Amino acid sequence: MIELTIDSKKVQVEEGTTILKAARKAGVEIPTLCHFELCDMGIENKPGGCRICVVEVEGRRNLAPSCMTEAQNGMVIHTHNIRVLNARTTVLKLIISDHPFDCLVCAKSGQCELQSLAIQFGIRSQPYEGEQSRYRKDTSPSIIRDVDKCIMCRRCEMMCNEVQTVGALAAVNRGFMSVVAPAFEMNLEDSPCTYCGQCVSVCPTGALTEVDHTNDIIRALSDPTKTVVVQTAPAVRAALGEEFDLPPGTLVTGKMVSALRELGFDYIFDTDFSADLTIMEEGTELLQRLQRYLAGDTEVRLPILTSCCPGWVNFFEHNFPDLLDVPSTAKSPQQMFGAIAKSYFAEKIGVSRKDMIVVSIMPCLAKKYECQRDEFKADGNPDVDYSISTRELAAFIKQANIDFLNLPDGDFDDPLGESSGAGVIFGNTGGVIEAACRTAYELYTGKTLEKVDFYALRGMEGIRSATVDFDGLPLNIGIAHGLGNARKLLNDVRAGKSQYHAIEIMACPGGCIGGGGQPYHHGNSEILSRRIAAIYTEDERKVIRKSHENPSIIRLYEEYLGKPGSHKAHQLLHTEYFPKSNEVTIHLHG
Amino acid sequence: MTEIRTLADLKRRQEEVMSRMRLRDRAEDPDSLVQVKVAMATCGIASGAKEVMEFFVEELDKRKIDAVVTQTGCMGYCFAEPTVEVTLPGREAMVFGYVDTRKADEIIERYIKEGELVDGIIPQNYNTI
Amino acid sequence: MSRYKMHLLVCGGTGCHSSESNLVYEMLRDEVERKGLERDVQVIRTGCFGFCEKGPILKILPDNTFYTQVKPVDAKEIIDEHIIKGRRVYRLLYTDPETEEHVPDSKHMGFYKKQLRIALRNCGSIDPENIDESIARDAYQALGKVLTEYTPGETIDLIKRSGLRGRGGAGFPTGLKWEIAARNEADQKYMVCNADEGDPGAFMDRSILEGDPHSILEAMAICGYCIGATKGLIYIRAEYPLAIKRLKIAIAQAREYGLLGEHIFGTGFSFDVQLRYGAGAFVCGEETALIHSMEGKRGEPSNKPPFPAQSGYLGNPTNVNNVETLANIPVIILKGAEWFSSIGTERSKGTKVFALAGKINNVGLIEVPMGITLREIIYEIGGGIKNGKKFKAVQTGGPSGGCLTEKHLNTPIDYESLTAAGSMMGSGGMIVLDEDDCMVSVAKFYLGFIVEESCGKCAPCRIGNKRLYETLGRITEGKGMQEDIEKLRNLGSVVKDTSLCGLGQTSPNPVLSTLDNFMDEYLEHVHDKKCRSGQCRDLLYYVISEEDCIGCMACKRVCPTHAISGEKKEVHVINQEICIKCGACMEKCQFDAISLMNDYPRVNYQLTMDN
Repeated sequence: MIELTIDSKKVQVEEGTTILKAARKAGVEIPTLCHFELCDMGIENKPGGCRICVVEVEGRRNLAPSCMTEAQNGMVIHTHNIRVLNARTTVLKLIISDHPFDCLVCAKSGQCELQSLAIQFGIRSQPYEGEQSRYRKDTSPSIIRDVDKCIMCRRCEMMCNEVQTVGALAAVNRGFMSVVAPAFEMNLEDSPCTYCGQCVSVCPTGALTEVDHTNDIIRALSDPTKTVVVQTAPAVRAALGEEFDLPPGTLVTGKMVSALRELGFDYIFDTDFSADLTIMEEGTELLQRLQRYLAGDTEVRLPILTSCCPGWVNFFEHNFPDLLDVPSTAKSPQQMFGAIAKSYFAEKIGVSRKDMIVVSIMPCLAKKYECQRDEFKADGNPDVDYSISTRELAAFIKQANIDFLNLPDGDFDDPLGESSGAGVIFGNTGGVIEAACRTAYELYTGKTLEKVDFYALRGMEGIRSATVDFDGLPLNIGIAHGLGNARKLLNDVRAGKSQYHAIEIMACPGGCIGGGGQPYHHGNSEILSRRIAAIYTEDERKVIRKSHENPSIIRLYEEYLGKPGSHKAHQLLHTEYFPKSNEVTIHLHG
Repeated sequence: MTEIRTLADLKRRQEEVMSRMRLRDRAEDPDSLVQVKVAMATCGIASGAKEVMEFFVEELDKRKIDAVVTQTGCMGYCFAEPTVEVTLPGREAMVFGYVDTRKADEIIERYIKEGELVDGIIPQNYNTI
Repeated sequence: MSRYKMHLLVCGGTGCHSSESNLVYEMLRDEVERKGLERDVQVIRTGCFGFCEKGPILKILPDNTFYTQVKPVDAKEIIDEHIIKGRRVYRLLYTDPETEEHVPDSKHMGFYKKQLRIALRNCGSIDPENIDESIARDAYQALGKVLTEYTPGETIDLIKRSGLRGRGGAGFPTGLKWEIAARNEADQKYMVCNADEGDPGAFMDRSILEGDPHSILEAMAICGYCIGATKGLIYIRAEYPLAIKRLKIAIAQAREYGLLGEHIFGTGFSFDVQLRYGAGAFVCGEETALIHSMEGKRGEPSNKPPFPAQSGYLGNPTNVNNVETLANIPVIILKGAEWFSSIGTERSKGTKVFALAGKINNVGLIEVPMGITLREIIYEIGGGIKNGKKFKAVQTGGPSGGCLTEKHLNTPIDYESLTAAGSMMGSGGMIVLDEDDCMVSVAKFYLGFIVEESCGKCAPCRIGNKRLYETLGRITEGKGMQEDIEKLRNLGSVVKDTSLCGLGQTSPNPVLSTLDNFMDEYLEHVHDKKCRSGQCRDLLYYVISEEDCIGCMACKRVCPTHAISGEKKEVHVINQEICIKCGACMEKCQFDAISLMNDYPRVNYQLTMDN
């Protein structure tokens, strides 16, 4: 332990602690901007670029960035004297001087960390006005880059490269024109971007935001000829409340349903339903591969990989085009829902496909891209028309002047609103594979699973593994969340070294609850664990905990699909994957 | 070229290559050196000035005398070719006539080494720049 | 081996190279061949002589004749006259600007008289593409001595005692740097030579690499031995093709001789050197940025600690030294720490190479002992100010440095005194300014360079320097206000105080030091809208001369903004407030009564305002 003095407070810290953390321990808050941390996940960004967190260290010539300067024994630090405050304010004014002044119409207004600092510092004048760096706006299917607003904090770059190993974003250009962009400033769409949206979820300003589809939905809702069906992903209900100042981890399932009903959706359904459907198809596929393998078939590809996560699908299409036959062919729950809604359900209520609009509420930005993929369209008509994020839904509710907090709890509509606890836990890391185990166990052994909670599969470690006893058959399961972790497991698969029979992968740290479309966590990783806890609570509250016991699912197979893996099921519920190049294609922009 | 495996190898190699550089090292301070100018115009060359110059260069080097040997144009003493001008540090230049290799040897041994005058000095009748 | 009677040393440095020294070299060789002199006369291409002002340089040995501004066509005359007939070609000799006499050899030239060439010892006197010539000049002797007689610790101690400090800019003690790198345990360590010379006008590192590459290879190996590194990397900018070529040749020859590679001098020490190319970014001279660039990452600095000595290239302990620093190492080892520390001042030992440029007679590369005064450099070595103008300032330390003025002329130059004067040693750029230079424009020039070269990583450097530049721009355009001066001060000190790396921490120096030394010029620009040196085009005024104007009214008629007043046959006056500086009046005036001046008669102006 070392001891130092911060603003005349003595504090003892471990050697190697930064001044910033030592100050926090001493109860001194130092403002930061580029610094970002999700401490439970070992994710930290501290390039030392913004220079907002500078402090005076006695005996040092210049000011020290507290986020990356290690505390030394006997240091005497001043965090708020005139020299520091002047430097900090001047630097903030400089940053603002190269930032558009369009706060009133900015998508990030109210959530912007630069704006918060300006408020905190009481910035009232701009003496350093001058040229502003201007760039081309870039819109991809999921993400908008408006890098005029980029402050070079490099958080997105860290997420994209170190955490996700996607490598789509990096700092380009020099000096005043420096900015984070895809290589050669090409469009994000042409880059290896997976649309996981982790860049958006950490961006302190409005430089990276989602493509907003709210207006498309308003148009559909106001069109009397359209039947508008909405599905809500499991992770949404565990986070939506945060946008209405409820404590993180507050489940708002019922209020969310009521709000959607007030917004005018005709049918409010649950993606949890199609998650159960996914388990039926994916679980069956797992068992089929497993049985062929056990029968000595050497051609069969194991491990099987889950395919619910569109960011993950994009990632392996870009980075592992040689392994496209390894993931399950089952569509994601969003797309299964769309396919069933626009066939089974549309027929049931007698609405033609073209008059039905399917909207999804997702914690995810990659879902926006997924629903636009050609293979999920019939004659150009997409199975899912629009996907909006948790944040967009919250904004929509506020815009419609709905008093969310005082809404009564509503219920999902039938038949696509009924779900099991297994469908709910799709929302966080480990959930999909746990749901699959609950069903696959019973299908494989023919016995009833007594303990449905597979605690071994839960947790927050980036890569986890567990062996589940399938009545004598030890099933090796791997779990990864975060694409960097996924890459590690995939490299093993490619090298033929993988020990697993099945692997679950979710692109975002923590799974969908930490998705790119969720309310901003601003680096507070406790919010993520609270959301996960909420998801498990929802699971426990459910009477039905296993997908194959969901009565609506049973009925769907009886009435429409036949058996899991049937021809019709394949037509509607399975897909194929396409290799995507990681090569750089440069388009010249005039 | 053989490899240099020891410091002694390096020093040996340095000895070998040193002579080509000695000229340059000496040139840094020509006033402190013995300067030998051999008149190498047509008349001089015809009477064997080339061999004499060759002799001075090699012998001064062999006898470890720091000297600068240069050629120069006709000094005007065509009657006494080959002529050689020798300047010892701090002394007036001396011009010797009828220098052959034997005479050159004498100039090195007696005048340059010992400072003794030798026969064959041509009195200078003009100043050079 | 044939023994040449005459050596013709043609400067093959980049400066002379670009004024056709290459052709001079070839013509001389052709001429030597044509006259059948190839057995007696050796023509060699050397490194830089430093006297670039008068390049291409040709030095003839043994008579030590120093020819300047030699053109290819001069080759024949040089061979015919000097080589064959022994008569110097006087018109090519250097002419002393004061005595106006020809100076036959470099020893008697003012430019060389006060110099002490340690780092540049072999530049201009050996063939850099021939290892034997280097060996004749003691190359690799120091390495041999160190490997066979000293422990690494003893060697480091020797370097520490010599007092050698880094020549790249900051002046960190070299021996101490080695000691820190030696102390960190690791399987692999790296010795990196920083040849990313980036200061505008500085070219000492290039000259050393071009003229004496073996001294650097040897020093790198010595450092490798001291710190426990077996791999050496030279980070060199790709814009130095000649230096790269000569380094490649030198590395190949050293390997062939076994002076690089496995078991050097039969010891257990192995060391090899590779080249890494930079794209010429100024910031990559900063060692952490340099390392990132070598790793293939974006060339931008990172926070220290960790220092490269702890975690550098690929995470391994790495020692980075600048070229000029390394060039001193072998001599220090052979001649001893005491010899080296006897040169220079109390805290700055040895010599420093400066690149003299600007309004000075002898532009070029000089090496002088620390402690020499600015006056000696400018007036004795540099030959004084061009065209007899008045000295105003000298900008040292490049874009990170500051301006020294008249009052600093007698200050002995070393690391401390330069810093105390608000400048810095930097890598040794020295740009002399005279009365015709506008100090605000000079500061703006350097800020412009910094704005170009900032990596963009930290906000104060990325945006702050841009704003400084814009503010200076406004002042030179006559749009400056008093508050702009306050802004420059605050912004400058905050950028210094908060920037991430050495580049940003020193980048406002040109502004701050000109504010300190030339506040009157700033005030003139801001309040009088006047630039005394006439450099700021927006602060020039069309003025009608009272003597020459005959009152013909031609200018008044042509003025598009009716800025000219005055009755017929009376002197006309231009109202500067209205004048748009189109120049139509000057063009129209047939009596040359209108001229562009850096000031205008304020009294008259006031009168016209009242009218």
